[in-house]
Amino acid sequence: MSTPSATTPARWRALTHHHLFWPVAVLVALLLVNVPFTPDFFAIRMADGHLYGSLVSIVLFGSPLILVAVGMTLVIATGGIDLSVGAVVAITGALTCSYISDQADQNALAGVFLAMGIGLVAAVVCGLWNGFLVARMGIQPIIATLIIMVAGRGVAQLITDGQIITINSEPYKLIGGGYWLTLPFSIFVVAAVVAVTVALTRRTALGLLVESVGGNAEASRLVGIRSMRIKIMVYMFCALCAGIAGLMISSNTSAADGNNAGLWIELDAILAVVIGGTSLLGGRFSIGGTVIGALVIQTLTTTIYTIGVPTQTNLVFKAAVVIVVCLLQSPKFRAKVFGAKGRARVTAPAEPATPADAAPKMEVSR
Amino acid sequence: MSATTKTRTAAEGRTPSTPAQASTAARLLGDRRLPVLVTAGLFLAMYIGGLSRYQNYGFGEPQVFLNLFIDNGYLLVAAVGATFVILSGGIDLSVGSLIGFTTMFTAWLVERQGLPLLLVIPLALGVGAFGGFLMGYVIHNFEIQPFIVTLAGLFLFRGLCLVISKESISISDSTVSSMAQTRVPLGLGELSIGAVVALVVLAAAFYILHYTRFGRRVYAIGGNEQSALLMGLPLGGTKIAVYTVSGFCSALAGLLFMLYIQSGDPLHAVGMELDAIAAVVIGGTLLTGGSGYVLGTLFGVLVLGLIKSIIQFEGTLSSWWTKIATGVLLCAFILIQRAMTARKQT
Repeated sequence: MSTPSATTPARWRALTHHHLFWPVAVLVALLLVNVPFTPDFFAIRMADGHLYGSLVSIVLFGSPLILVAVGMTLVIATGGIDLSVGAVVAITGALTCSYISDQADQNALAGVFLAMGIGLVAAVVCGLWNGFLVARMGIQPIIATLIIMVAGRGVAQLITDGQIITINSEPYKLIGGGYWLTLPFSIFVVAAVVAVTVALTRRTALGLLVESVGGNAEASRLVGIRSMRIKIMVYMFCALCAGIAGLMISSNTSAADGNNAGLWIELDAILAVVIGGTSLLGGRFSIGGTVIGALVIQTLTTTIYTIGVPTQTNLVFKAAVVIVVCLLQSPKFRAKVFGAKGRARVTAPAEPATPADAAPKMEVSR
Repeated sequence: MSATTKTRTAAEGRTPSTPAQASTAARLLGDRRLPVLVTAGLFLAMYIGGLSRYQNYGFGEPQVFLNLFIDNGYLLVAAVGATFVILSGGIDLSVGSLIGFTTMFTAWLVERQGLPLLLVIPLALGVGAFGGFLMGYVIHNFEIQPFIVTLAGLFLFRGLCLVISKESISISDSTVSSMAQTRVPLGLGELSIGAVVALVVLAAAFYILHYTRFGRRVYAIGGNEQSALLMGLPLGGTKIAVYTVSGFCSALAGLLFMLYIQSGDPLHAVGMELDAIAAVVIGGTLLTGGSGYVLGTLFGVLVLGLIKSIIQFEGTLSSWWTKIATGVLLCAFILIQRAMTARKQT
């Protein structure tokens, strides 16, 4: 630390080994790609009391994804996965909108709050069911949540009677499309949820418990952690986040579409979690990484729009990103491609997955 | 059904030490064939229920039964592919996208490029199998979870569909329409070419899974990968082959779907992978791998198809009841599986 020549590489290495370095680097690179195409990409201007600009809209349109991904992070941290979030988004939106549309006065605050409450309760019930199947019955998470993924859209269509319910409610419009203090209101919702999640998981022991359950559920149970309860809680939290995202999506369009609301959001959310550096094997998570991962996905979508690549290639790009990110996370791939030179780095502690903890991670059931 | 009795898998020696104590119920629960029998029973019960309820509407016609094969032939082929993957302990989410891509790819080549169908069919099958091979290669060689790799495949193939064309391409090629309209007389009724191909695929899969070395390896890897490796089985080759088979089956299912619907559309078969997985699970294949029968998959597909036809016969029920009924069935069968495996562990 005495000579600058020694500190610079040390600092550089500390920086590149930070677990958020690569996600942030990708995000920044994606943002910079936009600049040659739209020079005022970073400009934010005021218009009738609202802030407008590409950055604001990335956060605005990305907020449901951030919410779902944050919930998904905790589920993945326990070694699970939740495929049902898209269906939960649809159910929540459908219930809330159908309740509001039955009201005589759609602008009445009490009615809107009650409707939102009903929607969120339904979401939490879905989460409870998932958690029950996974933790109590010991069913593989992919399969347990597949049930609601398949049936949930049917239920949502049942609620909306196969129609797209449109509503006209000013207070409800606020949560997904409204502005508050010159910023989109949904940003505040996202910030609140993320802050609460970070506080609960990093300021209390909860985060440690979640990681321990993900690392080895059976061992956690033996040291006295109620892993069953933790798992159920995590699925309920994930469903709650999906429910809030469902409110946002339906409020943004002022409509509930049982068939298409939140379609494929579970895949995007899982992708966001993976980009954020959370290992799909469980045992470790990073909320910050997930938020950045979700922003990367939204930026990717926006970039594809702004640089004039045909929008239909969006999915191909996404596929390429998934493949590249996964390959980079795979220790075996790095060992093969970067060879002996990279092997020293591969064992660095910041890396999300090492083969050592991949091996004993078998499905623990009781 | 009698043919399934010929297969012997790993847990055969696990007979209770004191047979007198083991009740018949426990033995029944431990039997690997139970889920298939339950599904077959369910199918029969639903069919008889449908018969009694819609007898006056022609539900009893043999053709209604054969139509199950005609209308679900593509799903059967896709589900057979998924059975291979699930038996080996993996999962393939790219099935639906690959089907959609195949319809789009063939429609584009036949209609826009004017290639003869006979050339396009092997090409499409080759692309599908190669896609599956690539996914299997990445899954095995880089040790990435099958879930995430096939997810990338899902995005990739759906994206390629849209790259080919955003609009649907209807096929007016005379070979295609004549093939689609060909009916194979079968005494009581008739089958379409798609249904016949699906049954041939089923028979081939049955033979491969139960009577070849490759099939036994698939079961072994699904049962316990570590043990299979220690036994000296070629883990990588088998895994890659399994995904190649799944890719091939998906492409074939895509061709059948294209015959059935006579168009290519970027949104064809969205979510079909869920139907295929559901059919496999309802057919009694354990999702952890290593246990199940391809005949069960047949009954799984038939049950799903029967739900659809009953809803059509009922007339007043809306299409989304199909999804709800599928979900409920899926749930019931997962719980049955769970009860069975819990019994085995104790």
